[in-house]
Amino acid sequence: MSPGDFVALAVVLFVIGAVGVLVRRNAMVIFMCVELMLNAVNLAFVAFARLHNNLGGQVIAFFVMVVAAAEVVVGLAVLMAIFRARRSASVDEASLLKY
Amino acid sequence: MTHGTLALTHVAAETQQVAFWLLAVISVGAALGMILVRRAVHCAVLLAVVMLCLAVLYAILGAPFLAFVQVIVYTGAVLMLFLFVLMIVGIRAKDSIVETLKGQRAAAGLAGIGLLVLLSLTVGHAVLGPAPAETAGFGAANVNSIARLIFTTYVFPFEVTSALLITAALGAMVLAHRERTEPKPTQRDLSRRRAASGHPAPLPGPGTYARHNAVDMPALLPDGTPAQDSVSPFITHRIEPPGAGAGGRVLTDEQRTLLGSGSQEGDQE
Repeated sequence: MSPGDFVALAVVLFVIGAVGVLVRRNAMVIFMCVELMLNAVNLAFVAFARLHNNLGGQVIAFFVMVVAAAEVVVGLAVLMAIFRARRSASVDEASLLKY
Repeated sequence: MTHGTLALTHVAAETQQVAFWLLAVISVGAALGMILVRRAVHCAVLLAVVMLCLAVLYAILGAPFLAFVQVIVYTGAVLMLFLFVLMIVGIRAKDSIVETLKGQRAAAGLAGIGLLVLLSLTVGHAVLGPAPAETAGFGAANVNSIARLIFTTYVFPFEVTSALLITAALGAMVLAHRERTEPKPTQRDLSRRRAASGHPAPLPGPGTYARHNAVDMPALLPDGTPAQDSVSPFITHRIEPPGAGAGGRVLTDEQRTLLGSGSQEGDQE
């Protein structure tokens, strides 16, 4: 077992998250798939930190967590505002800007 | 330091191997479940499973500080935020399986496979080989080493992310703010409303003056009759079988013995 296995796992999780963003229509689930992608990237950072014996990867992963938390806060507030206006969480129905 | 362990030197390499494969299978299974289940709440729970698996993987990789931060901040705070907003937005809404764009699922699957191949090729060549011997910063001195890094090399990103957090909190407050559509009722308006409503005093809570104070036990009024308003209408609806009894009266054995012959039609268990 080497850090490469962990990076492979991170790649698989990232791809699953990306497919989830493309396939699902509920805005909350899309958001959660984005969080999955961010977690996968964190795992890759930590694995690379171990591979190169450099703690910078862990610090960057820490900052990614902080930024992800801030993004979740604002994103969920936006979602709540949209839901209040149109009573539905489906992204297909938010099509007012569509040509 | 035994060969083959990543960071936890007191744990054998085989145990770490087993732990890694177990966690990998669980996390990939949970991630696949996340994109396949229909209810959003199930997605949130499966995401929690993935995050907890990742926390253990961080510990195996020599990042115990990050493992704890993952559990406390990510799983504990961010996911709770998701669940709260899910409760507001609608917990029962199920995604429909019908595709709105034709062939979107197949195209997304193809794109996923393509992305997997691409990432494996680009990232794969950088990671082949065993881990080198670890420095002290990956074990017991992890927190000190990370702290040294954050407050010296990375102090500027640290300050910027703190500004980001403040901005995010303010932004959320602005977005979630609701303006009043009518002026706030004053104390005078509220007391006028209460006097006009027919029951100026607060209603009795469940079980007041009864033998038990469970939530489904009605309170007793001064003349001994049960107070219908003291039990939540959702509970009375559940206790009463539909169509039985007059007007949904909630009477238990205790009520029947208390009231004796006073209990007439509408007696229900």
